[in-house]
Amino acid sequence: MATTTPTRGAPTPPAGGSGAVPNGRGTWRSRLWRLDDLASPYAYIAPFFLVFGAFGLYPLLYTGWIALHRVEMTSLSTSEWVGFDNFTKILQDSEFWTAVTNTFLIGVISTVPQLLVALGLAHLLNYKLRASTFWRTVVLTPYATSVATAALVFALVFRADGGILNWVLHFVGIGNTDWGNGEWTSKIAISVIVIWRWTGYNALIYLAAMQAVPTDLYEAASIDGATRWQQFRKVTIPSLRPTILFTIVISTIGSMQLFGEPLLLQGGTLGSTGGNEHQYETLSIYLYNYGWKLGHLGPAAAVAWAMLALLLLIALINLIVGRFLRKSAA
Amino acid sequence: MTTTSPTNTAPGLDPVPPVASPARNRVRLKLGAGQQLKGGPLTYLALVVVGLGSIFPLYWTLVAASHDQQRVLDSPPPLLPGGRLWSNLQTAWDQAHLGKAIVNSVIVSGCITAATLFFCTLAGYAFAKMRFRGRGALMTAVIATLTIPPQLSVVPLFMMMADIGWGGKLESVIFPTLVGAFGVFFMRQYLLEALPYELIEAAKVDGATNIRIVWNVVLPAARPAMMVLGMLTFVQAWNDFFWPFLALSQDNPTLQVALGQLSASYTPDQSIVMAGALISTLPLLLVFVVFGKQIVGGIMAGAVKG
Repeated sequence: MATTTPTRGAPTPPAGGSGAVPNGRGTWRSRLWRLDDLASPYAYIAPFFLVFGAFGLYPLLYTGWIALHRVEMTSLSTSEWVGFDNFTKILQDSEFWTAVTNTFLIGVISTVPQLLVALGLAHLLNYKLRASTFWRTVVLTPYATSVATAALVFALVFRADGGILNWVLHFVGIGNTDWGNGEWTSKIAISVIVIWRWTGYNALIYLAAMQAVPTDLYEAASIDGATRWQQFRKVTIPSLRPTILFTIVISTIGSMQLFGEPLLLQGGTLGSTGGNEHQYETLSIYLYNYGWKLGHLGPAAAVAWAMLALLLLIALINLIVGRFLRKSAA
Repeated sequence: MTTTSPTNTAPGLDPVPPVASPARNRVRLKLGAGQQLKGGPLTYLALVVVGLGSIFPLYWTLVAASHDQQRVLDSPPPLLPGGRLWSNLQTAWDQAHLGKAIVNSVIVSGCITAATLFFCTLAGYAFAKMRFRGRGALMTAVIATLTIPPQLSVVPLFMMMADIGWGGKLESVIFPTLVGAFGVFFMRQYLLEALPYELIEAAKVDGATNIRIVWNVVLPAARPAMMVLGMLTFVQAWNDFFWPFLALSQDNPTLQVALGQLSASYTPDQSIVMAGALISTLPLLLVFVVFGKQIVGGIMAGAVKG
């Protein structure tokens, strides 16, 4: 293609040609250039949209179709129309509602402390520090750890008998907590895994935003006699508001997806039901159990759509809260 | 965080009226500027605590992987590495087919990283520097796809993969993640500033076709960001769990899937599981030790306009 490339879009024919032929070739060639300029951007972004269409959007719509059919893992190619049976089946299942509540609760007790700690940590990292890159890398190491590894180590830490946490706690006289089997303690354990993995990452995102706050804002505040705490609250936090909203959205979506942590918390076969009392069963676990363990893909697809509905609900709440915050700031 | 208490650590910030001597005023300005505050001993103390919290679980993976199960679950638990590391690693290796899992993980992460780098740079360049109809709307669409969790489409995805003969194969894990929205956004942000229009124009005047411009101008300019994106993508692909766990079969797993299966067996031996965890984490930790600075920089750069 690029072997014979004269001056691009040149109005005059290339040297060496003669008569009408190069003139004709010139317009032909300039038309090719135009086509190249017109089509290239679309060609460059096409791979993304092709991949997303084939493996993102199409399956998303297809999920809706499956949710209205009976599809079994054992015979994937046969399906039977059942209307809204799958939806009534899961909506009448108390385990589904347990999973919804669990997902929501774990989402809150993992996201809120995580983002607060990340904010504080970012504040610390924003000081002039010796070996600042070292500290940043250290707090980011959990991010390099896979869900599976993190969940398995914490499974040992939270173990009822012989767990390292209970051993530490027995020094203050409360060393007999059965973390995995408790209604709340199991949720706390899962949240700790999430908090451990993501706090450093969020702290770096906040740090980046903090460093983008113009220095003169702080100077102006300190001239007005603002204490450091006041500066943090009145200058740093408002400047970070878009970033904070962004991390809230991302963390919320992330907590909707919790799967590896509950699956591996207690090891063995308890994971696929989210504990013996479903005490830490999340929606992803419920979906997995229905579709892959029990082999009923129809209800599993219905669960996926229920998750979509929940996400939209959360997005709506986020929007309202965000608007409220902006209004109260103004 | 206690270092921020205004009364005892920051003399320049006590509520003295602003009509102080110029010298004093300068001190105050210096302290007031967020970036210039020096960390005191309490700051370092807090960072050490957080740092230890970040590192300890990984250290304890090593400890647990180097004892036998009985010792691991003993009270008090072991806090120093023992002598069984090698034999535990070997057992884990044999039990969970880790050899094959490692090869699979390398193939999957390698393919995803290479494809992501190429396609995301192309798309990022188009969004950053080329003019075309619908650019703004399409970029918004790219960002919007970030909010769709994979859970919503795994059921049909599984059926599709079985249908086209990729069921249980690595293709089923590689293809859905060939090019991601984050990468497109990341490369766009970088190229917006790193690639001057003059360079592109100059190449055009020289008669270069668009694909030639990509090859000779864009790719060299994008190289630093591609390094970072490559590492971030590799980490993510290597650690991916949900979809690979559903899609891959027991005899053809990635490392993470093998690890999950090892733990989900009926009576897992904890120190063997930890040895497997160690094997799956070490390569990434090495990457982190060597390229930590770039990865940190990459995450922060990607965040600024996020």
